[in-house]
Amino acid sequence: MSDFAQIIAIAKRELYLEIRNRGRWAGLFFFAFAVLLMVAFAAPSTSVLRANAGGVLWIGLLLASTRSLDQSYAVEMEDGALEGMVLWPVRPWSLYYGKALSNTLTLLAVAFALLPLVIGICDVSVRGSLSDVVLFTALGCAGLAAPGTLYGLITAKARGSSVLLPLLYFPLVVPVILSAARGTTLVFEGDPMGQSGSWLGLLWAFNALHWSLSGLLYGRIAEDA
Amino acid sequence: MGALGLLTLVLGQYMGLFWSPPERMMGDVGRMLFTHVPAAWISLLAYTAAFFGALTYLFTSRRGADAFIVGCIEVGVLLNVLLLIEGSLFAKPTWGVWWTWDPRLTLSAVMLLTFVGVLTLRRAVSDPDTRASWTAIASIPAYMTIILTYYSVKWWKSLHQLQSSPETVDVSMTLVLRLNAVAYLLLAIWLIAERARVAYREAKAEMPPLPPVEKVT
Repeated sequence: MSDFAQIIAIAKRELYLEIRNRGRWAGLFFFAFAVLLMVAFAAPSTSVLRANAGGVLWIGLLLASTRSLDQSYAVEMEDGALEGMVLWPVRPWSLYYGKALSNTLTLLAVAFALLPLVIGICDVSVRGSLSDVVLFTALGCAGLAAPGTLYGLITAKARGSSVLLPLLYFPLVVPVILSAARGTTLVFEGDPMGQSGSWLGLLWAFNALHWSLSGLLYGRIAEDA
Repeated sequence: MGALGLLTLVLGQYMGLFWSPPERMMGDVGRMLFTHVPAAWISLLAYTAAFFGALTYLFTSRRGADAFIVGCIEVGVLLNVLLLIEGSLFAKPTWGVWWTWDPRLTLSAVMLLTFVGVLTLRRAVSDPDTRASWTAIASIPAYMTIILTYYSVKWWKSLHQLQSSPETVDVSMTLVLRLNAVAYLLLAIWLIAERARVAYREAKAEMPPLPPVEKVT
């Protein structure tokens, strides 16, 4: 089986597990929605929300991603399934890319479900192109999933994982949150000064770096786990 | 090494406070730079050393490399805290605020949180080999924040000044800055060595005792 076929097979397996447990997706969506509402309640006025709509979306997605990443290893923690996974006849990076792809798609599903709600709650008119919104969302979710899949495995086996994952993960994904939030807000506003390109560049660079780095490091953690 | 570093620091601070002239625009407030800038330089250097230590551990699995990483990260975190406090004290009279969400300042705080996270990870793992391996692995992506922090003043419009060069700074200030940087470097090397020594001994103490040697008859 080629590496690509291995990655797709693993991603399919992860997604089948997600689909079988429909409550998990619903739980993620409602958790992100609750965060959105809390931020909306905390904002002093609708104009503040409108000006920061991208940030509101990405705070919700960031917090949802920690739950998603925690849960993505929950199945493997039961009955020694993680050791079994490590013994599969696949390359370690295939394991990583399959899981990271599945995590990206899960976050994307939550993001696309949240977008109309953010547009409604923040009273935003999307003046920019929809394809730019999709691009920022896709790259942002991929940027969250790449280091998160690596750290999710580390913290799944460590003590105090509920605190450890955010502590390790949040500082690392600051560039993703910054660029995705600013970029999304700019696209909503129509990007009159043409600034979204530089944020897109940062997202591409972050994704290129972490998707390659994490794939190389994953095998070492999987062996230790 | 520690004594030499301390002496150099006392000399450097004395020269910074009393010998060097006040900065043309900022006056005596500019003297804060003689301690803030060296703290920044040496903390970045300590984190960079931790990065190379992490690569060494991943390729060789030597306990000494793990002890070195711990020393470098802890000293780096200490200097990182110092630079944030000093930066804040400098910012109030010059910018009028204790803190602003400027790219350089924000990323410096993120840099601190990233490496505090790596140290917290160590506390959450009981097996020494796993702990060392995961520390090395976590240090590598964490190092990416250093690169972002260093280039943030060039890549974004930042309130924080760009990197200066000796061509733009008077020699009376360059000399004091370099002296303080040497002092910080000597103290950092000494602290890293001491901490690494302690960490190595702790790691050795955690190792299981060797099985008794059976006599062959």
